[in-house]
Amino acid sequence: MDLRTSPHEQAFRGEARAWLSEAVAALPPRPEPEDWTGRREFDTGWQRRLFEAGYAGLDWPEEAGGRGATPGEHLIFLEEAERAGAPYVGVNFVGLLHAGPTLAAEATAEQRARYLPPILRGDEVWCQGFSEPGAGSDLASLSTRAVRDGDHYVVNGQKIWTSFGQVADFCELLVRTDPEAPKHKGISWLMLPMDTPGIEVRPLQTIAGSSEFSEVFLTDVRVPVENRVGEENDGWRVAMVTFSFERGTAFVGDLLRTRELHRSLAALARETGAWDDDEVRRDLGHLGADLDALWALTLRNVTQAERGSGVPGLGGSVFKLHYTQMRHRLGDVALSILGRSGLSLDDAGREHVRGWIYAISMTIAAGTTQIQKNIIGERILGLPKEPR
Amino acid sequence: MNFDLDDDERALQAGIRDLCRSETNPDHPRALEASGGVDRDSWGALGTAGVFALRLPEDGGGVGLATTQAVLVFEELGRANVPGPLVATHLAAGLIDGAAQGQICVGLVERPATGPAVIENLAALDALVVLDEEGVWSVPPDSLEAEAVPAPLDPLTPVHRVENLPQGESLAAAEDAARWRLEGGALTAALCVGLATAATDAAVAYAKERHQFDRPIGSFQAVKHLCADMLVRAEIARAATYAAGAILDDPSAGDPVRAVASALLLGAEAAYANGKDCIQVHGGMGFTWEGRVHLYLKRATVLRTQFGGAAEQAETVAAAL
Repeated sequence: MDLRTSPHEQAFRGEARAWLSEAVAALPPRPEPEDWTGRREFDTGWQRRLFEAGYAGLDWPEEAGGRGATPGEHLIFLEEAERAGAPYVGVNFVGLLHAGPTLAAEATAEQRARYLPPILRGDEVWCQGFSEPGAGSDLASLSTRAVRDGDHYVVNGQKIWTSFGQVADFCELLVRTDPEAPKHKGISWLMLPMDTPGIEVRPLQTIAGSSEFSEVFLTDVRVPVENRVGEENDGWRVAMVTFSFERGTAFVGDLLRTRELHRSLAALARETGAWDDDEVRRDLGHLGADLDALWALTLRNVTQAERGSGVPGLGGSVFKLHYTQMRHRLGDVALSILGRSGLSLDDAGREHVRGWIYAISMTIAAGTTQIQKNIIGERILGLPKEPR
Repeated sequence: MNFDLDDDERALQAGIRDLCRSETNPDHPRALEASGGVDRDSWGALGTAGVFALRLPEDGGGVGLATTQAVLVFEELGRANVPGPLVATHLAAGLIDGAAQGQICVGLVERPATGPAVIENLAALDALVVLDEEGVWSVPPDSLEAEAVPAPLDPLTPVHRVENLPQGESLAAAEDAARWRLEGGALTAALCVGLATAATDAAVAYAKERHQFDRPIGSFQAVKHLCADMLVRAEIARAATYAAGAILDDPSAGDPVRAVASALLLGAEAAYANGKDCIQVHGGMGFTWEGRVHLYLKRATVLRTQFGGAAEQAETVAAAL
């Protein structure tokens, strides 16, 4: 066990750093948060540059068009990207981190050849159609119905929390194809082109005032059967593959940005004099310790991913629980430092106020804190299931 | 970068785990109280196994391992709640004759700025090391005017109060005292991680076995989530502590002062909070002396006062921001 980087990793870091500093300097001005057309253009433009330089799909297998880099190299690239102030994955999130890796693992050769290259090039944007108004933590109870009609499925239902729905070209869609089967056994995983007639996307306004996600209404939407990934009624297993990509390095970018946010909050506290308050200073110190631990945990998860050892999901669930809770505490400290100057989402200190409000969503999204604790209790500690 | 245990490290951990199972017997803490909390035969066995000589060079009779591996060993000692001044004797190995082999028992205390020194395991000590800003000092334990503290909070760690701690004989310089604090802090964090893990294991085992309302209490989310929180605290502390060990071995990988403070802060917090939650999961039985799970919490109350305490660790990390 050691923290040294190999000469190969050092060379990779140098190469990535050099490319990033030039590429970031050449970026166009960043769009406003609510300018969705502008955001799509900016994010996919950056993805295109990554693709041309050979950094797209760094961690994807080579046969899927990726670079087949080790998780260690991927981590180094993310670190350097943060250091250079490079854009985050943005509207390419679902394509690059969810749908793409799922297709690489589960789709047919034809499907992979059709759908993977445009994701890597930034030509096509994906969104996720998993959750429904009646199926949140109990996702498998989803009721959006797909009925076979010749070589199409006819889909009716409603999806919710669909990030980037308003700018997406495709949707990874979970539908019920067998309502008679037990709930996990009647689900299929479809690729839905978002320009199909019968789709209505209504943006939802969050408590931050922004509209990252939407409701998607599906009325008699015809999806070709060839757009199904995996077997009919085997979609729950495919979705589990999708979720497994939420582990590993999916949170690394977030963690690196949180380190930066914490650093800038400490600087702000020194500026405002809040630093002289013992409680504030020690809270910031404690959060620094939490960040050290989360970084070390990430390094361990990455090493285990590289070696294929360790209990699957253990590191991921532990990370998610602690990370999201420390983000709440970071936000709490930020508000107490800002005091009455923190009563705006768009004034000085806005990154900290927005960080605070965004943290509230983090213990809900991608498996609530309570669901994560069930997962740890039942799958890692082996405690008996709650009677359901 | 390879931040996971290799085969040798797993074997080392398993070896120490077996040793602890066969050699330590904290079943009768009241019996240990008379001997200062140390069973000399077990102490010798730990010495023979190389626990104290772990980081001494092989040509000097040591095991030749690094702090990274010492952390793993101390985690196992904490997991078995092995009593005695383990960290102090380990740090003194190579400097005080007999410590490396476990032939003697060495204690350690920070010189207090004001008030009496509270010294752990004094009745068992052959040598006592005092740390202060000027360096490392040796004070003969039998020369001290010491008063036994009645009813020690941790029955495995009897303590004495000493009003006037003599200066003692110089053993090492100020830089060495600073290094001892860092290495001692990392190893103490490792003991805490072990305690936090043992408390989790005990709570989970009980939650599976104890039935109420006709089902195991661990099936209820209220209990299950307590157990999940315990696991998270232990894992977070473990990650920070392993990193502290690796950074002490290779300071180019980080700031050792910050890394040790982070590890100790999170380690002590995990041991203490898990100690409490372990009792909570055990319910009334957890509050009985015979239940024995109180020993995890009580040891944690001692360890969290060593090498500074939470406020000081948080200040150390803050100063590095």
